[in-house]
Amino acid sequence: MSYELLGITVLWIFLFGYLIVASIDFGAGFFSYVSSITGKRHIINNVIERYLSPVWEVTNVFLIFFYVGLVGFFPDAAYYYGTALLVPGSLATILLAIRGSYYAFSTYGFKNNRVYMFLYGVSGWLIPAALSTVLAVSEGGYITEQGGSITFAFGKLFTNIYPYSVILLALVSVLYISAMFLTYYAAKAEDSAALEVVRKYALFWSTPTILASLFVFYAIRGHNLDHFNNMVSNAWMFILSFLFFLIAVFCVWKRRNYGWAFACVVLQFGFAWFGYGKAHLPYVLYPYVNIHDSITNPSMATALIVVFILGLLILIPSLFLLLRLFLFDANYVKGNKTKA
Amino acid sequence: MFNYDPVLFSRILTGLTLFVHIIYATIGVGVPLIIALAEWIGIKRNDPHYLLMARRWARGFTVTVAVGVVTGTAIGLQLSLLWPNFMRVAGQAIALPLFMETFAFFVEAIFLGIYLYTWDRFKNRMVHFLLLIPVAIGSSASAFFITTVNAFMNAPRGFDMVEGQMTNIQPLLAMFNPAMPTKVSHVLVTAYVTSAFLLAAIAAIAAIAMLRGRNHTYYKKALRLTMTSALVFALASALIGDLSGKYLHEYQPEKLAAAEWHFETTDKASLILGGILTEENEVKFAIKIPFALSILAGSTPDTVVKGLNEVPPDELPPLRPTHYFFDSMVFIGIYLTLVALWYVIWQRRKRKTGKPISRMLLWAIVIGAPLAVMAIESGWMFAEIGRQPWILWKVMTVAEGATTSNHVDTMLWLFALLYAVLTLTAIRVLIRMFKDNPAEEEIAALGIEGGTKI
Ligand code: HDD
Ligand code: HEM
Ligand code: HEM
Repeated sequence: MSYELLGITVLWIFLFGYLIVASIDFGAGFFSYVSSITGKRHIINNVIERYLSPVWEVTNVFLIFFYVGLVGFFPDAAYYYGTALLVPGSLATILLAIRGSYYAFSTYGFKNNRVYMFLYGVSGWLIPAALSTVLAVSEGGYITEQGGSITFAFGKLFTNIYPYSVILLALVSVLYISAMFLTYYAAKAEDSAALEVVRKYALFWSTPTILASLFVFYAIRGHNLDHFNNMVSNAWMFILSFLFFLIAVFCVWKRRNYGWAFACVVLQFGFAWFGYGKAHLPYVLYPYVNIHDSITNPSMATALIVVFILGLLILIPSLFLLLRLFLFDANYVKGNKTKA
Repeated sequence: MFNYDPVLFSRILTGLTLFVHIIYATIGVGVPLIIALAEWIGIKRNDPHYLLMARRWARGFTVTVAVGVVTGTAIGLQLSLLWPNFMRVAGQAIALPLFMETFAFFVEAIFLGIYLYTWDRFKNRMVHFLLLIPVAIGSSASAFFITTVNAFMNAPRGFDMVEGQMTNIQPLLAMFNPAMPTKVSHVLVTAYVTSAFLLAAIAAIAAIAMLRGRNHTYYKKALRLTMTSALVFALASALIGDLSGKYLHEYQPEKLAAAEWHFETTDKASLILGGILTEENEVKFAIKIPFALSILAGSTPDTVVKGLNEVPPDELPPLRPTHYFFDSMVFIGIYLTLVALWYVIWQRRKRKTGKPISRMLLWAIVIGAPLAVMAIESGWMFAEIGRQPWILWKVMTVAEGATTSNHVDTMLWLFALLYAVLTLTAIRVLIRMFKDNPAEEEIAALGIEGGTKI
């Protein structure tokens, strides 16, 4: 595998990791807020809090990792996106800041403060939508370079349908992924009251998710035909994705194998994500940044890959420990206090 | 007001974000170390007061970490949003430490999460203590890596510049540049002093109230721990600060000359404290310490210190801010050392005389905390403004590195609002956390009053 392919694959994997953990996190925050309005908070909040509290900071690092890695492997990306995306990038940053800090303020300082819960619940839900516009921009047509200066057609984001389709997909899939995970977690916690609530959420959001995915397919065809055709030649990945969706929803509907159901959700998004990404290559930004011309110098690329491998040696056991203590420890999940 | 200039606004916005981030980052680097000390002593001596100390500090720490993380995310993204040209060129050489930093964050984040939620989960308390080690190492390591990036900007190495492109890159040489040793160590120890003073101030405020009737050994123990470490780190800061001066003399003489309003190259140069600079570049009302600048620069009075006369006029950093920021930092450094020394001497004497701690000393400690933060800010302002006009010293100017985008001004206002709101809320949350739940109540609730066993 060449440096550039290895680099972009690693980054895409981490962005996928972010997609999953952040969706769980942001969706849970949103449900937590919504349930406080509808008076169901006392039912589901224990489950949400027990999972969320120890992991929120880790979620953010996945994003940092992707971003720093992208800029490191492909410095041109920093140049084009950086110049063009000042405003949307800053707005996304502000959302991230509000979400992260108000979550902590609310959890460690002012418990059950409505305003704080609103701030982190809603900002979290909007973050994926804001970040997904970058994916829309990456399809080309918004950033143009003329005579060495870069312009960004911000208004076009609102007049094309493709960005809307991506944003819509982001908004609904966050809720779907999160509800599917919480269903699994509540089942593990043997908290049947919470399970009833989140299972309904999961089933409810499954249909919009699949409709929004189809809408994206339709919209990308009108926007970037090359990319669309590439996706069609990788159709098997999207078909598998759909099959996993069916299995996941079937299990939850039949009230069985919640663990496998969530695994299928991950696979559903995994196949779609890597199918989309594979078809996007070699471009990081149509048509200016492609992975072959924009890769950093070989000695830096080697150094980054070496560090990445060494880093994984520390990271994987640590993540494993985190999961073992908070996700796979039955006593913790059920809220029993025990000494291990 | 004035013409829109993206370079100017990018500088202000970067400076603002770093100004805010560095406060939380300093706490993030220093506080885990001190929490670790407290928990370790608590376990070794089987003293529940120290364990409670660790627990209370860790609770407050989560709030500052949260703001540290989000402001750090902001500065990280702003590096590309505001300095795209810089990142495109320098990214070729500095990606390595930035990338390593993310692993340090990962480790810190994972173990902090585990640490906070496993206080009573292990039979062997040492296991819980050990979880803090990766947090402390992770945050100090992230400071290490990011500071090597800043060091690289001051002493760029490990590449050749050909037609505006970096070639022949040696990532390790870029990281381990001549500015790195002093910069990294100075940043780390000053973070430790500042954190020690911040925690000491919390105990001192409670102790001042304590003289009015609240009396608890918990606060005495907290003060002893924090002030003793503060003395060690304050001495180390001054020592490494001295070495930083020697680094500047070797590699960035114009920064040192600017800070000291040193216009003519001479030996036996004197150090200038305070004063004002007239339009004609005359120094007035300053205290001059003979030979001191030569000694700072090279340990002997005979050291020849380069003057500003050797710097091309268009490469002169702004003279006034650098001098005043440098002076504030050094003054505060001396103040912190003296206060810590005062405390330690009082502590030794008390064993014989039994004299209680004086209010003056307690107030001196309280004032030390905001001063320490000001020293950190002044130090950075001095280091960054003293590097002007370069973003990459002698390679790229700030103006060349900046974005050309419109709207930087609007973003500046938005971020200023954001940071104000975040900081005010964080302060509110922290005050409530410590004030509404004072240690002695928590001690009483846990039933560990006066005892040594939980
Ligand atoms: C509590 C904070 C604090 C204290 C008490 C001191 N410093 Fe400092 N200093 C810093 C906090 C700091 C800093 C914020 O950490 C800086 C900014 C950039 C850097 O590398 O460290 C710094 C930079 C810095 C530099 C510039 C290095 C460079 O640009 O590469 C010098 C020469 C000194 N310091 C010297 C001193 C001396 C002689 C001190 C005597 C007591 C001193 N500092 C105390
Ligand atoms: C965290 C501590 C730091 C603080 C408090 C700090 C402070 C500042 C300030 C006040 C400015 C504005 C200077 C001026 O306008 O003259 C500035 C500029 C800048 N800093 Fe630093 N700095 C820090 C560390 C860093 C690091 C580690 C980097 C690089 C990774 C960095 C990159 C920059 C850049 C790109 C600019 C704009 C260019 C310039 O004005 O020199 N800074 N910083
Ligand atoms: C331009 C300079 C800087 C950049 C780009 C930067 C970037 C970041 C980022 C992205 C985070 C969030 C990481 C997470 O999600 O956990 C962060 C947090 C942090 N940064 Fe910075 N940083 C800079 C300067 C500094 C400096 C100079 C220090 C140390 C002296 C520092 C120490 C920390 C620490 C300890 C944290 C962890 C959060 C906390 O404990 O408060 N950073 N930084």
